[in-house]
Amino acid sequence: MFSQHLPRERLLEAYRAMQTIRVFEERIMIEMATGDIPGNTHLYAGQEASAVGVCMHLSDEDYISSTHRGHGHCIAKGVGIDGMMAEIFGKATGTCGGKGGSQHIADLRKGMLGANGIVAGGAPITCGAALTAKLSGNKHVAIAFAGDGAMNEGAMAESLNLAKIWMLPIVFVIEDNGFGEATANEFVSAGTFTGRAAGYGIPATEVDGTDVFKVYAAAGEAIERARNGGGPTLLHVHVPRYYGHYSGDPDSYRTPEEKKAMRLEQDCLTKFRAAVESESLQDALKTVDEEIEHAVNEAVSAARAAPFPPLSALTSDVYVKYQ
Amino acid sequence: MAKISYRQALNDALHLEMARDPKVIMMGEDLTGGAGANGVKDAWGGPFGVTRGLLGAFGPERVRDTPISETAFVGAAAGAALTGMRPIAELMFVDFAGVCLDQIVNQIAKFRYMFGGHARTPLVIRATFGAGTRSAAQHTQAFYPVFTHFPGLKVVIPSNPYDAKGLLLQAIRDDDPVIFLENKMLYDMVGEVPDGAYTVPFGEARVVRDGSDVLLIAFGRMVQVAEEAARKLASEGVSACVIDPRTTSPLDEDTLLEFTEEIGRVVIIDEANPRCGMASDISALLADKCFHALKAPIKMVTAPHCPVPYAPNLEDAYVPNADAVIKAVKSII
Repeated sequence: MFSQHLPRERLLEAYRAMQTIRVFEERIMIEMATGDIPGNTHLYAGQEASAVGVCMHLSDEDYISSTHRGHGHCIAKGVGIDGMMAEIFGKATGTCGGKGGSQHIADLRKGMLGANGIVAGGAPITCGAALTAKLSGNKHVAIAFAGDGAMNEGAMAESLNLAKIWMLPIVFVIEDNGFGEATANEFVSAGTFTGRAAGYGIPATEVDGTDVFKVYAAAGEAIERARNGGGPTLLHVHVPRYYGHYSGDPDSYRTPEEKKAMRLEQDCLTKFRAAVESESLQDALKTVDEEIEHAVNEAVSAARAAPFPPLSALTSDVYVKYQ
Repeated sequence: MAKISYRQALNDALHLEMARDPKVIMMGEDLTGGAGANGVKDAWGGPFGVTRGLLGAFGPERVRDTPISETAFVGAAAGAALTGMRPIAELMFVDFAGVCLDQIVNQIAKFRYMFGGHARTPLVIRATFGAGTRSAAQHTQAFYPVFTHFPGLKVVIPSNPYDAKGLLLQAIRDDDPVIFLENKMLYDMVGEVPDGAYTVPFGEARVVRDGSDVLLIAFGRMVQVAEEAARKLASEGVSACVIDPRTTSPLDEDTLLEFTEEIGRVVIIDEANPRCGMASDISALLADKCFHALKAPIKMVTAPHCPVPYAPNLEDAYVPNADAVIKAVKSII
């Protein structure tokens, strides 16, 4: 198995990140039901191996942008779950002071340029971050996470072209969970995503996003190419989406059989545990599980206890300086 | 102090600031003209000659000709700004904001707020605007009320060469995103401009001409129209004060209110369409804050509620002119 290529610490790092995302998202689903989380959230559960397999190659100086389904990317990039949970609860202690919410978590110190409420909105911005890296000559890279739906936005087409002609150090990670909201990808997407990339002369490959080691390998190659001046790559990562489009979506357009099979056959954490069975990690994984459970509990308790932003925050932070 | 054109004043500002700050980069369509071709380099010096010579001085890494992809390069400018650069993106015509409005109003304008005050987006979007070029409805709009509507953007409309240079230098050094709108009809306007660098602060109106009978408030090219009207009115014994707010966001409300209090009669000249424009916006401000001082209804001289037409006679009728301003003034004195 691929797991043998990774030292024990890195295996635990991968597992910790994936499991944190899973527990975080499942807890959000529970907390949503209490009615205490304002608005809605789009959950990343099922897709963990994609964010983690990519972000394991990155430092805080590398950039990522994310989507409306952004919690997983944030966690994988090292954004703290205390701030994230508080942000999702709309609290003053949140990553963005409660002014962004689930769809706009950004942590620039971690190179996380923001989740994004506009499909494909992050792609051009990520090109700009990659341009900063290229002009600085510092070998940093930028990752544009996007969904299958984003591939049908003009912003994505323009970004792919720009990234190639400017040979930007960027990787487009297209996480195809089969659905753009409630519409099946195959109903709305012509051709193939790798074929589209090929049209721009961008190397592209399909990746099994339920296997963190496969994502890690494909992303490693793409990121190395970007760091060494080889320009952009597109990864078409196939992932399952465990919940509906958003937390209130009854998800009736998928059959119960499909959903059951998805969780049985395509679970990245189950696959990971099987892959590392021979590594004598069971005790360590159990410890990680307990630590994550505790950390998420703490994050929820702290978020619930935290105050909402003061009313003075309503009109602050619009400008650096206005008048 | 030399007499130079509005175009040259902008060019000077770009040269000065790119030389001063290596983080300033530019991107846009045909910023140089002839990129990738075998003939003359910097063939156009920009679609209107504003960016001439920058390629030679600063090279293609910092002066970047782009594909015709406004969403991609305006978005890339945003991402570069968010990560430490000071990009200037050029929209050849402000009308093309229609294809990248998401990046401007949903992304750029909102980063700082959505991210809880942790983001800086020091970005300038330069764009030409304005009717008068016989270019019909998609290359001529005023559009500044649209940008002014959005919190997070600053909107600058220089009306003369001195302001063009000083406001552009301020825009590039500003830490917030700035929409910098250049009226195409002003590029050849000549005026006295200092040689070195200087900035004109945002949110400080300029009193173009003093007067006591009526206050004319105008932006961009309409400042000339207001001045022409004021001269003609003076010959008829009417003393008109002309004020150019210079920026619509921030808007120098204090100066507008102060002069309205003093004069009591106001005509606002706005090249934009009348609904939800700067004229209606300022009218509401004045009616709300100094109704007691008004001696007559506030008058608005604007373009009509229609797109910019092609036929010369229709386009001339579309753009507010001095006669229309004089007529409005006479209706309230």
